[in-house]
Amino acid sequence: MGDPKKQISTVIRGLWKKLNTGRTPAIMITVWLLVTSVMVYISPRSVPAFLLFLASAFFIYILKIDLRYKLALGVIMALGIIPVIGIRNIFYLEVIFQISVFAALALGLNIVVGFAGLLNLGYVAFYAVGAYLWGIFGSQQLFLLNSIPGTAPPTNQFFLPGDAFYLFLFLGMAAAALVGFVLGLPVLRVRGDYLAIVTLGFGEVIRVLANNLDKPVNLTNGPQGITPIQRPTIPDWLLSGWNTIFSPLVGQPVSEGQFYNLFFYVMALLVVILVIITVIRLDDSKMGRAWMAIREDELAAAAMGIPVIKYKLAAFSVGASFAGVMGVLFAASRTFVSPESFNFMQSIGVLTMVILGGLGSIPGVIVGAAVVTVLNLQVLQGISLWLSSLRQSDAVIPVINFAWRNLSSQLDPAKYQRMLFGLILILMMIYRQEGLIPARRRKRSRPQSGETPVDTASLKSTEAKHGTA
Amino acid sequence: MALLEALGVTKRFGGLTAVDHIEFVMEQGRMYSIIGPNGAGKTTFFNTLTGIYKPEEGQILFDGRDTVGHRPDQIAARGITRTFQNIRLFSSMTVIENILVGMHYRLKQTAVGALARSAGFKSEEDEAYHKAEELMNFVGLFNVGDELASSLPYGAQRRVEIARALGSDPRLLLLDEPTAGMNPIETTEAIALFRQIRDVMGITILLIEHDMHVVMNISERISVMDYGRKIAEGSPAEIRADARVIEAYLGRGATAEMSL
Repeated sequence: MGDPKKQISTVIRGLWKKLNTGRTPAIMITVWLLVTSVMVYISPRSVPAFLLFLASAFFIYILKIDLRYKLALGVIMALGIIPVIGIRNIFYLEVIFQISVFAALALGLNIVVGFAGLLNLGYVAFYAVGAYLWGIFGSQQLFLLNSIPGTAPPTNQFFLPGDAFYLFLFLGMAAAALVGFVLGLPVLRVRGDYLAIVTLGFGEVIRVLANNLDKPVNLTNGPQGITPIQRPTIPDWLLSGWNTIFSPLVGQPVSEGQFYNLFFYVMALLVVILVIITVIRLDDSKMGRAWMAIREDELAAAAMGIPVIKYKLAAFSVGASFAGVMGVLFAASRTFVSPESFNFMQSIGVLTMVILGGLGSIPGVIVGAAVVTVLNLQVLQGISLWLSSLRQSDAVIPVINFAWRNLSSQLDPAKYQRMLFGLILILMMIYRQEGLIPARRRKRSRPQSGETPVDTASLKSTEAKHGTA
Repeated sequence: MALLEALGVTKRFGGLTAVDHIEFVMEQGRMYSIIGPNGAGKTTFFNTLTGIYKPEEGQILFDGRDTVGHRPDQIAARGITRTFQNIRLFSSMTVIENILVGMHYRLKQTAVGALARSAGFKSEEDEAYHKAEELMNFVGLFNVGDELASSLPYGAQRRVEIARALGSDPRLLLLDEPTAGMNPIETTEAIALFRQIRDVMGITILLIEHDMHVVMNISERISVMDYGRKIAEGSPAEIRADARVIEAYLGRGATAEMSL
């Protein structure tokens, strides 16, 4: 009786249940979405407003609302509201684009680490495969094979038309899947920690290859990276059409450059949606069950008839393929690739998203990608900006009465950014190991056409008779 | 023709011969047991039968075909499944999912079908869920399909493991100490279940068992192992009277006392 913590949590839970029934959630989320959209619209530079707005996507997901209404809200948000506020502050589109890219990467890594239980520390290599595939074929690099890095191409022509990009989305996927498969063949015979080390090595190998394949044949242009990389052409009618409908709302017509941001945002969103559907459907099939069985107990899985190596290879390939697609998209959206985008910290970053969000949990991993991306791009940056502004002002640290401006440069607040991130990780792992949204097994033991409870009861009684007989 | 034939099967670990030239024959539809003191090599023998270990010598013919050198999943697909001495369920999966994993290779669905949610895929999944639930009920578990396997009591977990093994429609079921840790009532129920599996489903059963009550009650033939060798084989009555068996279990000199 004397546990106030428990009392509070039961009160909150009861309140939540009350709010989350009937029409209330639908009304609440609509109001929330409207209010936050207006907030972001009015003050396009406000980070809190944007975060509250982003949170509505999460609320749409968790609240108990009619599925059609949910989808409608999602579509309105993704294709109606975000483009408008995104054009008013192009940085928001960038944030959402990166969330989508990392969500797809995290979902891919989640198949390998979360479902099949194979720790992969070099996952970003597959992303690099996709990025470099379009980087090499979508630029002028193939004209420069025999020249030293840094020289101008002999022609202004690109090797392929920009619209080959769409084809390369699939080729990137296939190439990464193939690399995953080929890598998996020797690697998957080692387990646990050893696998982690081997994949880590593989990640570095790909990066070092990208760094050094400028000779004897200049394939990757070395550490300088490849640029410019083509983007697909945007038809004029699309741009002018968009401008006629949306420019009054945005307050200005959109240039082609800005429109590319929109384009890649929509592409990334499409890919993520396809990835989510793929993951959910594979998870809910014999493949997903086989992966999970392998993660839980490899020997028992084999004894139950699961070809372990085959399914591990499948996990590697499927996971890699998502990274491959996003790599192509990334290369096109940046019009630039360099080895530094694919270093070890990137692999760790994606792994962090998976673990922070909830290993093996699809919604968790997406939320993890969103939270880590927003933390990195906005929140932590905002905090360190605020701290630096304090340092330039006359403010003093309360209690100890120490002027911020006297702080030594070693303690520069800008350097706290990563420390805060680390602190968040540590606290999460202490208080919520299973992640933001823990993985939960589906409840589906009775098919719709199944027996009625009466049948089960009668079966039970016959079984009881058998038992005593 | 015999369903299972082990011909001179030998498995060594370094200098230790865990299974030493075992000869073992079993016909379809029988229920046999292997007994023996701890460390006699019974589980190792099971592991060679299921492909987890590859024997250094000898042949294992299942339905007339050699299984030596095949992977565990290939052998399972041919019709040998098993339970484990220390329960090895997939603990973070539900009971039904555990049984579905057992049905894995019988499901014809493809990844493409799963992605497209084709009609064939859906009906097969529905059927599979239905069959899994039937199996769950068959082993005497009701309304626990959505529970995590690890959340069930010990005796129920053993039943889930048996249901999982039955999921693949095996021809030979290997049960490794299936009643270990059960109370007398659970043991009686388990014996009834084994009989049902054999009589209703027509599945041949080979058990490793320590509980003499169980062994003598249900086995048609008993093989006794000691130090990796088969030291005796016969009907329960023959085994009960076999001096070598008593010696293996109780030590030399026990025979004389027992006969008193």
